[in-house]
Amino acid sequence: MKDESADTPRGNGLIGVVPIVLSAALFGWFWTFLEPISNGEAVRLVWDWVPAMQISLSFLFDGLSLTFALLISGIGTLVLLYSNTYLAGHPQFARFVLFLFSFMLAMLGLVLADNLIALFVFWELTTITSYLLIGFGHETEKGRRSALQALFVTGAGALALLAGLILLGLSMGTFEMSEILARGDEVRAHQYYLPILILILAGAFTKSAQFPFHFWLPNAMAAPTPVSAFLHSATMVKAGVYLMARIHPAFSGTEVWVWTLTIAGGFTAVFASVLALRQTDLKQALAYTTLMALGTLTLFLGQDSAYALTAFAAFLIVHSFYKAALFLVVGCIDHATGTREADILGGLGRAMPVTAIAAALAALSMAGVPPLLGFISKEIQYAGGLEVASSPVFVVSAVLAASSLMFAVAGIVAFRPFWRPPGGEMPKSPHEAPWPMLAGPVILATLGLVFGLFPGVVQTALVNPTVAGFLGTAEGAATLKLWAGVNLPLMLSLATFAIGFILYAVHRPLRAYLARLDAAAPNFDRGWDRFLDWLKGLAAWQTRVIQTGVLRQYMWTTFAVIVVGVGATLAIKGNVNLAAAFDDVTWRNTAILLLICAGTILTMITRSRVAAITGLGVVGIGVALVFILFSAPDVAITQLLVETLVVVLVAVALLRLPFLDKRGESDHRPADAMLAVAVGTVVTLTLLAVLNEPFDRRLTDYFDATSWPAAFGRNIVNVILVDFRALDTFGEIAVVVIAALASYALLRTTKGRKDP
Amino acid sequence: MESLLAITIGVLVAGSVYLMLARNVLRFIFGLVLISNAANLTIFAGGRLTEGAPPLIAEGADAPAGLVANALPQALVLTAIVIGFGLFAFALVLVVRAYTELGTLNSDEMRVAEPKEGPAK
Repeated sequence: MKDESADTPRGNGLIGVVPIVLSAALFGWFWTFLEPISNGEAVRLVWDWVPAMQISLSFLFDGLSLTFALLISGIGTLVLLYSNTYLAGHPQFARFVLFLFSFMLAMLGLVLADNLIALFVFWELTTITSYLLIGFGHETEKGRRSALQALFVTGAGALALLAGLILLGLSMGTFEMSEILARGDEVRAHQYYLPILILILAGAFTKSAQFPFHFWLPNAMAAPTPVSAFLHSATMVKAGVYLMARIHPAFSGTEVWVWTLTIAGGFTAVFASVLALRQTDLKQALAYTTLMALGTLTLFLGQDSAYALTAFAAFLIVHSFYKAALFLVVGCIDHATGTREADILGGLGRAMPVTAIAAALAALSMAGVPPLLGFISKEIQYAGGLEVASSPVFVVSAVLAASSLMFAVAGIVAFRPFWRPPGGEMPKSPHEAPWPMLAGPVILATLGLVFGLFPGVVQTALVNPTVAGFLGTAEGAATLKLWAGVNLPLMLSLATFAIGFILYAVHRPLRAYLARLDAAAPNFDRGWDRFLDWLKGLAAWQTRVIQTGVLRQYMWTTFAVIVVGVGATLAIKGNVNLAAAFDDVTWRNTAILLLICAGTILTMITRSRVAAITGLGVVGIGVALVFILFSAPDVAITQLLVETLVVVLVAVALLRLPFLDKRGESDHRPADAMLAVAVGTVVTLTLLAVLNEPFDRRLTDYFDATSWPAAFGRNIVNVILVDFRALDTFGEIAVVVIAALASYALLRTTKGRKDP
Repeated sequence: MESLLAITIGVLVAGSVYLMLARNVLRFIFGLVLISNAANLTIFAGGRLTEGAPPLIAEGADAPAGLVANALPQALVLTAIVIGFGLFAFALVLVVRAYTELGTLNSDEMRVAEPKEGPAK
């Protein structure tokens, strides 16, 4: 994957550069929306897609979607630049860039889509591209397993989401998000509010890896590091968070919403940050801190106050900055040293000074140290948590626990590897990463500092429009500032630092303890394996039961399903009038029908082959007589001809075949007979129900009227066959020819196969 | 009259289902012949029965005089008869071929495509 030659800033030619330029252009385009939208405008772009089903390609640019779009395209540009060097010379680089760029487009479509169905389509596109990216290293079993796991978990959630979105669209009579959000009261009062909410949250929770669906995200780190930086920290996993934020105006405020999001988010945040501390792989540690961030974001989305939502917006932005930067830094470390083990790495500060500075800035932001944006964000989180009406103690303690643990993890990821002596032999001697790989982390980390010093920029450009997207107005949005005076949030911050520092100091012994605890706790990842095994067992079992390989059983099932399905439909909807149309029964007609029945029964019960052929012939002649009686001479002629051929062919075939039953065996099958009678009854009743309906002669009248004027034929049946439906007749001839050719081939090869 | 025909069709279907459930594939073929007859009669009856008025246009006329039999189901049945015959002929050849190859007409013993569970041969 990496070799020494890749360490020079060398790209992959045009195929590496074009996506970078394109995504930078997209970023620039989104940038132009910044001013109108921060002035409170919203832009909608609409193209018709399937207008008959209210599905359109409509896009909405408002504060929330623009913030996401800018983050996606901005970080996307940096990640593409980074991977151009990180994967330089990789034989499958083109494939990688295609996936990554498609993912970016899908993600942009997802956050900008206004139509529920369009949103779902983009949602699934991100799932698929993410599957391909996680499985990029498909030579390893781990890569394949992780990719499949992510696909299954998020795909299953997406099915629930689709159901929820359709239910929502049908309930509200529109599939446009902007219209639905404007009618929030109706949504909350709707009788289907609860099922819709549960289904949508199932999609959001699986995508954003909320407990208990969290296990796929750390596994997804099997992807190349730039992918992890992009998908699994900054963008894709935030799709669920985005969706919850998007529907927040219409769905929030109910008890279910508040408690589900608060508890799931809070628990995920604390649970994940504890697990983050126990990881020794830097990337795994970061993966768990991402879970923590997703939990915290969900936690704040559960709330209604402007303060909490400001905390959401600020943390969303700051987390994207520092987490993407840190992932990229870990990629640099991995690239330079060949390992990501926290216990081995050390002393990199001298060899990789720029990386070290970027890492330090990003980690300080993550730890929430002033004067970085992370500090401001954390202050607002505390302030927002304290303002929460329902459960301030729970929210604040969750944030406190998670933030302290973050502080410790920041030290493990960004301080130890650079400034402490190494704990072991590193596979490669470290050296500074080339500039395209440094650009991303340096820019993102510096932004954290600049925005921390000048928070007003973020405030007006991103945070206020986002909050306005929730509440309709940005007036209640909290002001981001570095020094808010000595207050409770500041005290809590100081407590965070103290606890975090202690945790960092004792993290090594703590890690061993946590590892034991983790091993004892139920393991969701292994549970997943057991679930899959069970599923495969179920499939194998049902295949054994249904697909026995015995023709008779297949036929039995088919006919039984016909009896049950058609019979039940008849019983519910049928309109059978048994007394109808017996009036014109004549002796002659009855005799012909009795002839058919007699022939049928003879074929059924006889053990003699000749009698069976006779029975078939009798039935065929009887059917031909019916056609003659009821004014269908052409059909009768064909029937007679075919019936004769059938009898002749069977007779010829019998020369080569044994008797029907072996001596001493009989063909007495009562169960089959019962099923046969049931099928026959169902068919008769169905036909009677059909005959009971008024007859529609429109087509017949059309053929009667046009046969001569349009097609110059006096035999209407023939005209239909060779003119109106000539293509059908051509197809029929083709079928017969193919059957004849195939039969000929089969008969010719009869000899020879066994004795070559 | 249609009702009586419907009952006859029921008998035909019952007979063919019984034959198609047999172990002997030759009986299955007999069932196939009967069930295509039943299907044809069903289409025919569905278009309603008319006695003694074939769908023909008299010389010099533009349209049939008065009510004639429904031509559409007749055309459909004509096609169906021929296709049904093609199917039957091919199935019969398959049976003959299967017998020469496998030495049995019992479908339970024809397990080449889906062998029984256990060690594959």
